[in-house]
Amino acid sequence: MSMRTLPLVFINLGGEMLYILDQRLQTQNTADDNTQKVMNDIIATMFSKAFMEELLKPQDLYSNRALRTVLTRLAHASIMRLNPASMDRLYELMVMAFKYQLLLCPRPRDLLIISYNHIDAIREFVRDTPSVLNQVDETHRKIIEVYTPLSDGEFQLLRQTLLIFLQDMHVRVSLFLKDKVQNPNGRFALSTTGPVPHGTEVPGLIRMFSGNGKEWKRWEFPTGGSYTSSIRVGSFERFGDRVSRIGTNMYSVTQPEETHTSKNYSQKANSEPNPLAKEELNLLARLLGGMKVQNRNTETGFRVNLFATDQEEEEAGASGANGDQSFQVINIQATQDVQVNTELARIAGEFTGEPEQTESPEGPSNKGDDLLAMMDEL
Amino acid sequence: MASNMYHKEKSIQMKSSASALYNNLSVLRIAPRSLTYFTVVHANMVNMVSASWDGLNYSHRQLQSKEANVATSSSLIMQAAWCVLPSRDILVLTSQKGIQMYESDGSIMVYWHALDTPETQTAQAVFARGIAAVREKYICVGISSGSMLVFDVPIKGSNITLSEVLEEHKESITDLASECSGSLECIADMVSADDSGNLCVWKSGEDFQLLNKIPGFDMSCSSVKLWKGTVVAGYGTGQIRLYEAVTGIVHAEVNAHARWIYSLDIAPFSGLLLSAAEDSLVRVWHLTMTPETNSVEIVHMYNECVTDTQICGAKFCDGDGYAFAVTGYDLSEIIRYTQV
Repeated sequence: MSMRTLPLVFINLGGEMLYILDQRLQTQNTADDNTQKVMNDIIATMFSKAFMEELLKPQDLYSNRALRTVLTRLAHASIMRLNPASMDRLYELMVMAFKYQLLLCPRPRDLLIISYNHIDAIREFVRDTPSVLNQVDETHRKIIEVYTPLSDGEFQLLRQTLLIFLQDMHVRVSLFLKDKVQNPNGRFALSTTGPVPHGTEVPGLIRMFSGNGKEWKRWEFPTGGSYTSSIRVGSFERFGDRVSRIGTNMYSVTQPEETHTSKNYSQKANSEPNPLAKEELNLLARLLGGMKVQNRNTETGFRVNLFATDQEEEEAGASGANGDQSFQVINIQATQDVQVNTELARIAGEFTGEPEQTESPEGPSNKGDDLLAMMDEL
Repeated sequence: MASNMYHKEKSIQMKSSASALYNNLSVLRIAPRSLTYFTVVHANMVNMVSASWDGLNYSHRQLQSKEANVATSSSLIMQAAWCVLPSRDILVLTSQKGIQMYESDGSIMVYWHALDTPETQTAQAVFARGIAAVREKYICVGISSGSMLVFDVPIKGSNITLSEVLEEHKESITDLASECSGSLECIADMVSADDSGNLCVWKSGEDFQLLNKIPGFDMSCSSVKLWKGTVVAGYGTGQIRLYEAVTGIVHAEVNAHARWIYSLDIAPFSGLLLSAAEDSLVRVWHLTMTPETNSVEIVHMYNECVTDTQICGAKFCDGDGYAFAVTGYDLSEIIRYTQV
């Protein structure tokens, strides 16, 4: 499927992550300095030249597991810490928000508008830090350059690829339930009213033409919906009125319970029975290796809780350990590179016994070494 | 419009949900066994359900995309469809890796064709999409590059061969359709559609002949049908257009849907047309040919709203259009409707 999903995935999921973290940090009355530092560190990592360059290479979308790993690492790019239960919830919120945005997207091309709404907000977060702001601007320029020439069909393929990735996720988000955009069964409410997308006509008209191209008859049919003409198109430039609100920050500090989620237990198990393939692991290593990691310093580090109380978080963590098969998370809590290397090497070690399908003559026992060697070089 | 033309029947449950892909439902009616098969694509797998006409027996099979174990999940299936030939029915699966062909019940894979993948990864996605059985012996499959592969299928056995590669489209093929009226008088045998909305009309044979090229308007044509020499095309703008295949003359233009159309189907004996889109609506129309005036008329018959669902597949279950079935993104059921 589409080879161009990753940059948009990270901008949108990363953007949602920042909205949520910003809300939680403020709700927890974190010092302004710390909040700003966390936001700067995450944004600087996400929009770093190396990271973006890696994402922009044409490639298949990562597996759920790989994506989750990178996002977890991204969240820990600063002095902030998240317990597994909070990271789970953060991921659920990010993913469900993105799924909603994708479904609501009027035209596939409007996925760019959604992405630019996220970038606009990210720019605001770092407006006082010129070096990071510059990175964001550079990335935005690059994204415009890469994505503007894509056709509508290619955007639809991109969207379809993402929808396959997000299939069968029906986590209920209290904010969505409250606003009635999500039903109690976890599925999103899709409207049959409102403006049609730009380029689409309001349904209802049939026109007949004669052989010479002249219209000889027209009549209307009942549409079963209630549509109006399209509104103006948003700006696809670096700045401008995006028109659509999809992708803007929907969390507010005054209502912290908005970040509550609950699983619908009819969810599927992880559809990928195989552990990360070698290629994916290598990509992951390059991506993670390129990220600056803060040393674990318990004096300046602080925890962020996605739950209302610490006890709730603990309980969620305990129950989560038993049940959920859909997120086989590689738990990267430590921030030392050594530990990450070990973790990745352990995963690489899981490959022993997997049928080797690539043309490489290496045996399974060399994979871990290769990976470690590569990370040492970074 | 008859608001009670159809009513909802009991849905068929599937083992997994439908993916958001064009034309994501294929139906095969097997009268001698009083069975109907349905196939629906889910990521790198195909759900196949066989339903007995008395509604009492259902059996399920899941087909995997070949080479699903290699690398990551890069063997997603784009489409699954039955090709009905005089002597046999073949189930064709098109994926990122290639084309798989099975005997009709999905039990035996009779042919595998691997797609050429470039040495280094390019930005252009590689996949096969668009499937049609043409005349007595051909199965045509579209490719993301715009090429189309023509396979020659023997009466039985696995000696299927690649007969020709048609290079006319420059954009990814979205859908293929063969003349479904059963009439031998029609000159055009097949129509192909691509991502820029261009349509090519073909005559089959040892060498396929391009009869006509109908230009698109830079809007993807996601689903296409050919009936009694008329091309019916559904677009990403939600429009349906009717063309005379060999001349390209536009017969009609319908502002049919508020979102991208994902599926069209025609019931060849009655001229009923089914359209379904991301806007949650399935619409039934009626096509009438008037050979004397060389015109085609399209009349709206019925609407069905599948609440909160982006529809990805809709097909009639029989040649008269007495019943139709619908699939939607993230839905694990095949919804059925029959005439009242």
